[in-house]
Amino acid sequence: MKLLNHTISYLAAILFVVVTGWAALLYYNLLDEIYDSLDDGLENYKILIMERVEQDSTVLQRHSFGEFNYAIKPVSGAKVFSHTDVYTDTLMFMENEQDMEPVRMLKTVFEHNGSYYELRVINTMVETDDLIADLMYSIFWLYLGLLAVILVLNNFLLKKTWEPFYKLVHQLRKFKLEKQEQVTFEETTVDEFRELNQAVAKLIQNSTDTYLSQKHFIENASHELQTPLAISLNKLELLVEENNLTEEQLRLLSGAINNLERMARLNKSLLLLSKIENRQFIAEEEVSINKLTKTLLDDFEAQAAYKEVSITLHEEEECRLQMNPDLATVLLTNLIKNAIVHNHHNGAVTVSIKAHQLTIENTGDKNALDENRMFSRFNKSIKNDGSTGLGLPIVKAIADLYNFRVQYAFDEVHKLTVYFQVPAR
Amino acid sequence: MKILVVEDEPEMLDNMVRSLEEEKYVVETATTFDAASEKIHFYQYDCILLDISLPDGSGLVILEELKKLNATQGVIIVSAKDAVDDKVAGLNLGADDYLPKPFHMAELHARVKSVLRRRKFKGNLFLELNNLKVDPNERTVYVDGELLTLNRKEYDILLYFISNKNRLVSKTALGEHVWGDQIDEADSFDFIYSQIKNLRKKLKEYGAQLEIQAIYGIGYKLLVS
Repeated sequence: MKLLNHTISYLAAILFVVVTGWAALLYYNLLDEIYDSLDDGLENYKILIMERVEQDSTVLQRHSFGEFNYAIKPVSGAKVFSHTDVYTDTLMFMENEQDMEPVRMLKTVFEHNGSYYELRVINTMVETDDLIADLMYSIFWLYLGLLAVILVLNNFLLKKTWEPFYKLVHQLRKFKLEKQEQVTFEETTVDEFRELNQAVAKLIQNSTDTYLSQKHFIENASHELQTPLAISLNKLELLVEENNLTEEQLRLLSGAINNLERMARLNKSLLLLSKIENRQFIAEEEVSINKLTKTLLDDFEAQAAYKEVSITLHEEEECRLQMNPDLATVLLTNLIKNAIVHNHHNGAVTVSIKAHQLTIENTGDKNALDENRMFSRFNKSIKNDGSTGLGLPIVKAIADLYNFRVQYAFDEVHKLTVYFQVPAR
Repeated sequence: MKILVVEDEPEMLDNMVRSLEEEKYVVETATTFDAASEKIHFYQYDCILLDISLPDGSGLVILEELKKLNATQGVIIVSAKDAVDDKVAGLNLGADDYLPKPFHMAELHARVKSVLRRRKFKGNLFLELNNLKVDPNERTVYVDGELLTLNRKEYDILLYFISNKNRLVSKTALGEHVWGDQIDEADSFDFIYSQIKNLRKKLKEYGAQLEIQAIYGIGYKLLVS
């Protein structure tokens, strides 16, 4: 639920209680005031009637209300002294409404020429049920009106106020540390948003710094390893060239050399990855994927022949890309090499080139690879001792750099497709 | 043949010098920018192996000085930096080749020989080895005057072996040299075996007087008596 609607739901509940309480208070105050004014009127009327009785005793004969608002009847002594002015609510039949309606009645006793009379004066009254209904009705509309106003305010004013927040969230959602994009902050006069912006800016800066220093660490470490690796390898080579070694000694040396070479390869791949991610391959030119693929397939011919893997190339369309030629070579080399290495004897590799995509299919393991893990570094899902585990991560890094999309599918054969133009979503 | 090695890493320098001296070159060394600068002004060399990053200056400056001196020697840049920019800058300043560390000694010899051939003999040199004659310009091989037909890779392998005759050539070095840098990702160089087998067969068929010996688990050696 959005923050806006949260506030509205709270406000709705609070408003309901407040408005209802206010309505009850209004009702009782209103009623009190009406009674007060009615009773005053009745008392005044009483005094007028009693003055009238002094002048015209026929008035005393009005025993029932009839068309008048008062009735007088004589009472016996006992009741006289127990009575003072009494105001009561009662019901009377009203001709116009054809119904019993509430009336306010003043009952009093007075003395005239030694006889006591009971005087009842009435006045029509507010119909409380109607009053309550009217009040409820108005309150209901007031309540709805208030909610509507708040909703409108929320949607127009608050949304405008919260704009910097939503813009920030939108950017953070798309933010990727490795892309090194800048997050722009909206100018805002709201303290909270300004604090949020500052906090986010600091967080991003810290993360970026850490990320960069880690990246540079990998690059520097790989770099620094080059020379000692070169020295060790060359020393061993010099040792092997001493012609007086036994086969057992050669076997040991060959083990050391092979592992050092593997380490050198690993190191080189790491360095390459760092450089791709650090965007150090700048120069771009038009690269013919068809031509490059043919050259590389030619280079891999001996290796494929050794593994008895047959390679087929389908050039369905001409594919030309604007990219760094070295990276294009690395990308295709890794894909082709991968397809040959992770293959079985008498396997097959099929390369298809279309205008904006390259598909490479290869036989191999009978099970599909884990698409989520295959592009992560050092994921040796497939057992291969000489593998650096960096081939596909390098492919992914290059694809990311140029916004290519790499898709894996398994249908008896492993199928990797590189879409050079990411289809518009 | 006189070679100057400019390298600040003593162990690396020692490796290169030892390996080059085995080839009967006269090898001189410089470990600093100043020493290198002095040497190139006073002496003439046939080939200079130049490390780009020196403690007291850049090897690229040495290249500029060499250009001013109008010297005729070949220069091979040796660098741990493996940076494309350095490579381009170096080659633009007149370097003949660029060799990134780590490298195999066999690769070093192949590059040095190639540079010497190009510089000293303007490339018009047939390589002769017993009854074998190689024309690097035409990329052709003759055994006793008879043309030996080799495919591209077989020719490259043979030339590499000749550059490193009587010297151990590791499978990796050979693979990287013949199939290019990207092949080093190939994880296994076993496929080279079948290429060597074919080459041996052809050499034997034509009666070439040289032998490719396999060295257990490591590589091969071209034996020339």
